[in-house]
Amino acid sequence: MPQRIDGSGETVRFTFEGREVAARAGETLAAALIAAGETTTRDSVVSGAPRGPFCMMGVCYECLVEIDGVPNRQACMIVAEPGMTVNRQTADEVVA
Amino acid sequence: MNSYDVVVVGAGPAGMACATEASRAGLSTLVLDEQPRPGGQIYRDIEVSDPGRRALLGKDYGEGARIAEAFRASKAEYRSGAVVWNIDSEKRIDYSAGGRSHSVQAKSLVVATGAIERPTPMPGWTLPGVTTVGAVQILLKTSGIVFEDLVLVGSGPLLWLAATQMIAAGAPPKAIVETVPRSRYREAARHFAKALRGWRYLAKGFAMMRAVKKAGVPVHSDAADIAIEGEIAVTAVTFTSGGTRQRIETAHVALHQGVVPNQQITRLMNCKHRFDDSQRAFLPVVDESFETSIPGVYVAGDGAGIGGAKSAEMRGRLVAMRIAEKVGNRAGEAAKLRTELAKDAAVRPLLEALYAPAADVLAPADATMVCRCEEITAGQIREAVALGAPGPNQVKSFLRAGMGPCQGRMCGLAVSEIIAAAKGETPSTVDYYRIRPPLKPLLLSELAGLGAEEPREAAE
Amino acid sequence: MTNRTADLLVIGGGIHGCSAALQAAMRGLDVVVIEKDTVARHASGVNAGGVRRLGRDYAEVPISQRSMEIWHRIGELLDDDCGFQRAPQIKVAETDADLQDLKDRAAHLRAMGFEHEVVLDRNELRTHLPAVSEHCVGGLASFDDGFALPYQTTFAFQRKARSLGVRFEENCRAQRVERVGSDFKVTTERGVFTGRKLLNCGGAWAGEIARQLGEGVSVEPTAPMMLVTSRMPRFCTAVVGNQSRPLSFKQMANGTVVIGGGRRGRALPETNVSELIFSELRQTAETAMAIFPIMRQASIVRSWAGIEGRMPDGIPVISASSTEEGAYHAFGFSSHGFQLGPGVGEIMGELIATGATNAPIAPFSITRFTPEP
Repeated sequence: MPQRIDGSGETVRFTFEGREVAARAGETLAAALIAAGETTTRDSVVSGAPRGPFCMMGVCYECLVEIDGVPNRQACMIVAEPGMTVNRQTADEVVA
Repeated sequence: MNSYDVVVVGAGPAGMACATEASRAGLSTLVLDEQPRPGGQIYRDIEVSDPGRRALLGKDYGEGARIAEAFRASKAEYRSGAVVWNIDSEKRIDYSAGGRSHSVQAKSLVVATGAIERPTPMPGWTLPGVTTVGAVQILLKTSGIVFEDLVLVGSGPLLWLAATQMIAAGAPPKAIVETVPRSRYREAARHFAKALRGWRYLAKGFAMMRAVKKAGVPVHSDAADIAIEGEIAVTAVTFTSGGTRQRIETAHVALHQGVVPNQQITRLMNCKHRFDDSQRAFLPVVDESFETSIPGVYVAGDGAGIGGAKSAEMRGRLVAMRIAEKVGNRAGEAAKLRTELAKDAAVRPLLEALYAPAADVLAPADATMVCRCEEITAGQIREAVALGAPGPNQVKSFLRAGMGPCQGRMCGLAVSEIIAAAKGETPSTVDYYRIRPPLKPLLLSELAGLGAEEPREAAE
Repeated sequence: MTNRTADLLVIGGGIHGCSAALQAAMRGLDVVVIEKDTVARHASGVNAGGVRRLGRDYAEVPISQRSMEIWHRIGELLDDDCGFQRAPQIKVAETDADLQDLKDRAAHLRAMGFEHEVVLDRNELRTHLPAVSEHCVGGLASFDDGFALPYQTTFAFQRKARSLGVRFEENCRAQRVERVGSDFKVTTERGVFTGRKLLNCGGAWAGEIARQLGEGVSVEPTAPMMLVTSRMPRFCTAVVGNQSRPLSFKQMANGTVVIGGGRRGRALPETNVSELIFSELRQTAETAMAIFPIMRQASIVRSWAGIEGRMPDGIPVISASSTEEGAYHAFGFSSHGFQLGPGVGEIMGELIATGATNAPIAPFSITRFTPEP
């Protein structure tokens, strides 16, 4: 499991797949998800295979999630905000 | 539409230094950066990291604080969270910020978008739990996140830097699987004498290796045929080293084969590029002041060829001085900076020779996925070439390689290499994908609203 | 050493050049295609891929029909399905006035003897386009049309032609075209090619070739803009246009949506560069969202513009030369030539190989641009 090396800062809570996840204030959704042990953020739109954050700097588009109903958002570029509803982007959602 | 003497895209060391210098020379300057805070990737979150975290990230990371402070104190305007999605031939820049698109006009444009990690296609590299080494560093810099079972795979200074940072953070990597072939040391040795001018880098390199050894991290050298195993996430990494097949169980693998210039903007603008055999990457063609083949378009920092953070800062300043000089403003003294820049670059030929990308990554097996977005394998690319597709753009049209949301960032170089090898040519002749806007995916509704707010506001 | 002589020299490796080269080779001619870049580099490789009879200029309807017949058996012709999918093409009317125009058109076509365009009322429109916006009042449909993948198609024409012996000289710009005795000489950056006959399929660059043959015709280079979105839930199986606003809209099998329809970017044919003009493309985005509200969720992954040649009257030149016997032209398709590629290639192959065709190509004669004496 991933660990945090320093003491707790201010915490922001959002939900991922209906579960509550705690993020440090100012950090991205992808970082918070990885810290919570969630490495899978979407399914491939081609094969349905699971994918997760890869580059953490906005270039690979592997961490696409649905935030508050809007698909194709980059979890590694978006700072966690209190109350966000975040879901995995599944292949069914995009190719029904 | 607002207009600036200089618009800098990117707020890493090059962008910050360039903007600071440009505004000091009296030029109206705007910096657009997509991250929430300045620093780029190398100095990511430098303004908010506490002394503890700075200590474990090392002295060089701390350098970023000085650059960021000077940037903040300068007259340059700074817009964070600004995603540049188009720049036209007149240097009109469209960017997205706060859910809306805005446009600004640049008299001179400075592309300071740095580097990205080289694509590393290998079996299993799309599994969740596999990241780049850069990603692991970003997690440490921004969130203090470490892994107890991290296996670092690949080659390059960043691999060793990440390892020492993890050790300092109290979470040494489970193993380092290094892909540098033994023969490379002999080949690279001829660059050693020249590299001594950059003794500081060499000393840092040896210190990092010593730290890894001291921490007892197993280092598997001369590793090849690497495969990442797992069904729905990584469970292990396997490889051949020392003549035997080995397997390490882990849920976290970080890959690295060096960094390469981020070409998206210079390609979009049709700047001339060349393939650099030593860096094994495409570089925009620039003059001694880092001006591209398009007048008034400059590349500062690693985007013009990998030189590292110190070099990026110096190059950023040189670009600003050149722009100021051109419009007749008083510019700083460039000569001394150029000497320093040359000295700083002395170590590069050695690093480029020693840490050239692994053969397996340049020529992946047929079954290996190369385009992650559209799931196109190396074999499919070779088949398209056999059918007569002459280059990356035809392979893209034919197979959809490079057509997904990453727009070829994660496969472009690998695709050029594979096509070149299949045709018996060089990447230089087969060239690279044409890059089309938007540079990053853009909501259709945002395009529809373009120009709706009049007068257009620019930076706040 | 390259064989630089042929029965037929084709200038231009777009869909029309490749299709005509294939058809000429099928009739026994020895053919060389001279292409300044690579095959399908411009409009033929990057158009929106519509295979549309709907809404064509009345003069084009017969040749469009002929082409459609080939499209429906494209796999047999080329050993490649070209990504062709049969789908309705539907032109949406947003107002009663638009619908009336569509009704008038359908009536006109019926009088000409063509039954393929069918008026849809409000409910019928929704049967075919469940996601269409509430305000749309009806439409006009052509059911046996479809769409295909442009690069795959043109590449398939090239490969099939090559398998029949057609030689492709790529990255080989035709610099000078002239008649020498009974032959045509084409001087290129890679030497001189000689052929008994010559076909000009030069697209946006065809005007210069025609001029060198003494034809008085001008071609305007244009850059029709297109964009593609990331994958979306399946909501549309037809190819959709609009009666009063430029639009070409389709959802591909993989879920991505390709939107085009004629808004033009900047074409710079000298440098092969085309540039998007987003203040124009913005209107395309607006129209797409107006017709399909679901598009508010869509994100644009890429936009592009291929360089294409446009004639002053908006219909192509498909013609024997008016100045040189043995020379022919097929260019200026004015942003709607993709569907015509298979059919016009067949017509040109026939015309060049036999000297005649029964296809009604008189309206496309190059002489229509000859100044009155």
